[in-house]
Amino acid sequence: MLDAAGIGLGHYLTVAAILFTLGVFGIFLNRKNIIIILMSVELILLAVNINFVAFSAQLGDLAGQVFALLILTVAAAEAAIGLAILVIFYRNRGTIAVEDVNQLKG
Amino acid sequence: MTLALFFFYVFSIIAVASALMVIASRNPVHSVLFLILVFVNAAGLFMLAGAEFLALILIVVYVGAVAVLFLFVTMMLDVDFASLRQGMLQYAPVGVVVGVILLLELLLVGGSFVMAPQVSGASAVPIDHAVDNTRALGQVIYTRYVFLFQGAGAVLLVAMVGAIVLTLQHKANVKRQNIAHQTQRTRAEATELVKVKSGQGV
Repeated sequence: MLDAAGIGLGHYLTVAAILFTLGVFGIFLNRKNIIIILMSVELILLAVNINFVAFSAQLGDLAGQVFALLILTVAAAEAAIGLAILVIFYRNRGTIAVEDVNQLKG
Repeated sequence: MTLALFFFYVFSIIAVASALMVIASRNPVHSVLFLILVFVNAAGLFMLAGAEFLALILIVVYVGAVAVLFLFVTMMLDVDFASLRQGMLQYAPVGVVVGVILLLELLLVGGSFVMAPQVSGASAVPIDHAVDNTRALGQVIYTRYVFLFQGAGAVLLVAMVGAIVLTLQHKANVKRQNIAHQTQRTRAEATELVKVKSGQGV
């Protein structure tokens, strides 16, 4: 249990909430630079993982950690695919600015 | 203040401060390095919560693979990052509004929810503190959650194939070895007997 060490569930939830908010704010702040946007998405997923682990420890249920493991996997796959798309976009266009990615409009 | 609580504050303050630096740093390489710091401190938080396996996996997977991938791509692309920062503060006010509202809502929910009394008895997989964390996870992901585990493996496989297919490029004028052509050569087409007159070249 978490409470034995003096750390409550609320502590973890607060840290995760702050990290999540920073991730969302990062998307607004760096809306031209897609690398920072991908990093912000990683921050958001990390905040979700912290929530899962905190609830897993609080409730004594290992299923939360299994789910966090799966989120970790999906986040790694997302980063790999996102960066691959970024590399071929840079190879074709010579820029990574988000606002230049509007070639499909009619 | 117990030692665990002290370390919790250390890890969480460093994690939040470096998350702020990830989104506010001028240089994307610095952003990636601060992202690594966030991951390492989050691993410390996981360790404090008793999830030792996930903490070490976080370091291995995120710091060892994902962050290095980010670093590689950031350094490989020759982009003028200063031009990408122009107009950065244009959307900052709306971002601050959205962020503050989101944070208040999250803290409100996090601070005011109540666990139902029967929830602790309804664990899917109760943690047995006599078994260490890695062994307990291993006992459950290969039996009860084996389909999820295989699905995660399939996701990784598809991501790997996708990343390779996306970035592989065939250049037309690169000479490659074709083993079938090599082994199909016969002696008749590979050699030629030339009569050379004496005193002259070929």
